[in-house]
Amino acid sequence: MKDAAMSEPLLRVKNLVKHFPVKGGLLGRTVDKVHAVDGVSFELAKGETLGVVGESGCGKSTTGRCILRLIEPTSGEVWFEGKNVTELDREGLRATSRDMQIIFQDPYASLNPRMTVGAIIGEPLTIHKLTKSSAEYEDRIVELLETVGLNADHLRRYPHEFSGGQRQRIGIARALAVKPKLIVCDEPVSALDVSIQAQVINLLEDLQEKFDLTYLFIAHDLSVVEHISDRVAVMYLGRIVEIAPARELYTSPKHPYTEALLSAVPIPEPGLLRTRIRLVGDVPNPINPPTGCHFHPRCPKAFDRCKVESPVLKQAADGHWAACHLNDVAA
Amino acid sequence: MATSLSPNTADSVAEAARPKPISLAQDIWRRFKRHRLALIGMVILIVIVVGVIIGPWLWTVPINEIDFGSRLKPPSAAHPFGTDDLGQDLLARMLYGGRISMAVGIAAMLIAIVVGTIVGSIAGMSRGIVDTALMWMTDLFLSLPQLPLLLLIIYLFRDSLKKIVGPEVGVFVMVVVVIGGFRWMPVARLVRAQFLSLREKEFVEAARALGASRTRQVARHILPNALGPVIVAGTIDVAAAIIAESTLSFLGLGFPPDIPTWGRMLFDAKDYLDIAPYWALFPGMLIFLTVLSINYIGDGLRDALDPRRVLG
Repeated sequence: MKDAAMSEPLLRVKNLVKHFPVKGGLLGRTVDKVHAVDGVSFELAKGETLGVVGESGCGKSTTGRCILRLIEPTSGEVWFEGKNVTELDREGLRATSRDMQIIFQDPYASLNPRMTVGAIIGEPLTIHKLTKSSAEYEDRIVELLETVGLNADHLRRYPHEFSGGQRQRIGIARALAVKPKLIVCDEPVSALDVSIQAQVINLLEDLQEKFDLTYLFIAHDLSVVEHISDRVAVMYLGRIVEIAPARELYTSPKHPYTEALLSAVPIPEPGLLRTRIRLVGDVPNPINPPTGCHFHPRCPKAFDRCKVESPVLKQAADGHWAACHLNDVAA
Repeated sequence: MATSLSPNTADSVAEAARPKPISLAQDIWRRFKRHRLALIGMVILIVIVVGVIIGPWLWTVPINEIDFGSRLKPPSAAHPFGTDDLGQDLLARMLYGGRISMAVGIAAMLIAIVVGTIVGSIAGMSRGIVDTALMWMTDLFLSLPQLPLLLLIIYLFRDSLKKIVGPEVGVFVMVVVVIGGFRWMPVARLVRAQFLSLREKEFVEAARALGASRTRQVARHILPNALGPVIVAGTIDVAAAIIAESTLSFLGLGFPPDIPTWGRMLFDAKDYLDIAPYWALFPGMLIFLTVLSINYIGDGLRDALDPRRVLG
């Protein structure tokens, strides 16, 4: 997995921006905009898992949806296997949907309550005409069900008859139906019980190995991401503040925000305490983000330069990028 | 013993283990049956429908035989529902009129629902100018004074329609179109509101991510989930249309006075309430029963169409 990073990346996101207009006034003019994603760039190698973490509202889900063009990005480029996804027409987009899929956060909202499980999983097969006969269609659905740990008995049931974890498996089977190369996992375990979370994550890992999948794994929980990711990107208010190999990020974070997040992860060891870095204040309003470094109003180590100059992502160690002026000072 | 368990037997066991396919229609019927009131409503409605369809062949008393000798007679063996002020047999008139009232109610409801669903879907799926324009049109229709407009439409088109398709069909088409044409707006608003919330749901997003066309998103994902309230609205519309038809008849704008409809009979009976209450009672009860059973059927249908309802 590690040496795959050397070759041409499967996905390259360049300077992705999404501003949501805020309408107001009598004529519904755009009076403001929410800077949901504010210049995000990263690369994703084949077979790799990139974890994306950040507080709610930091733009991680929007980033994932912009890559699939479920949300139209304001600007920026998304390159997938040499194609610029942001410039594809409707037909091209339909074709790429065979390569890029998404697993949603809420397994209750992501399955149509009026369709049987068989119909839900079979829909991508119908849309892309992936099976030739109805026997083949049914066999493929059963195969997909078994791949995710369900069985043929579940074919004609409705989603409400399943538990959260089982529903998430159905969602995974639906995404797998088109044999995608990249799956955006949008907080796939956040809505599940802790005991189920591990099962679903293990399933995702098994599937990755079996089908050579690449994951963009979005989560707000660092400990979940640590387990599954090769690399981790930390987002704050629409920007990536640090991106590094998972182990490295957890052992030697180079951004104060990452440090603060890590200090909040509980250690499964009674008596062992970690110095907790408490962030004061709330995440600033993304309609009007702070000048300079977005993090400076809450940063315990902020200094004058942070208020005026926006730090860029710089390589602090091999493959370890961070956007913080402190790293310049140290260098 | 072990040899008797050939691979063939094992296969057939596995085959039997798979749940027997239940078609969607069977499943809906299974759920519908659980709704007792809906079932009763359906039985009553079937009796009424069959009654008005085959009734006039069985009860062959003419509907317009005037007999002043037996005017305003209470129910008797010769006239089970009594007679009106011209001595006409009420049972015969009700059976005949039921055909028209039911046909008007159902046809007008279908028009209202089809038009409303189409307008609401288009508005709900398109953003910006199309949505705004369609909603303006809906509001415009809602704010129009309906009765004067009805008068105008009917005066303008009655004669030309009669010439094209004949007097009875002409009046029927006109009444249905006019009633349906003034009842689609609430349906359109309902459908639009449902669409606005449903199209942001994750399962619709999932369908988009899978490359589903817009038509497919609407037909398979949004519309089926939006129809519950529409069905209920539709059953109420049947009731309202039956009553609206009687208003039109009362104003002399619907069917000619010699064609009995339930609404018309009610209005004719109102001046004789103290002498011949049965005259109003029977058509009134039939309207009431029809409307009530259609409402319950709608209720049961909404539940039957929703697989989330747990079978109790």
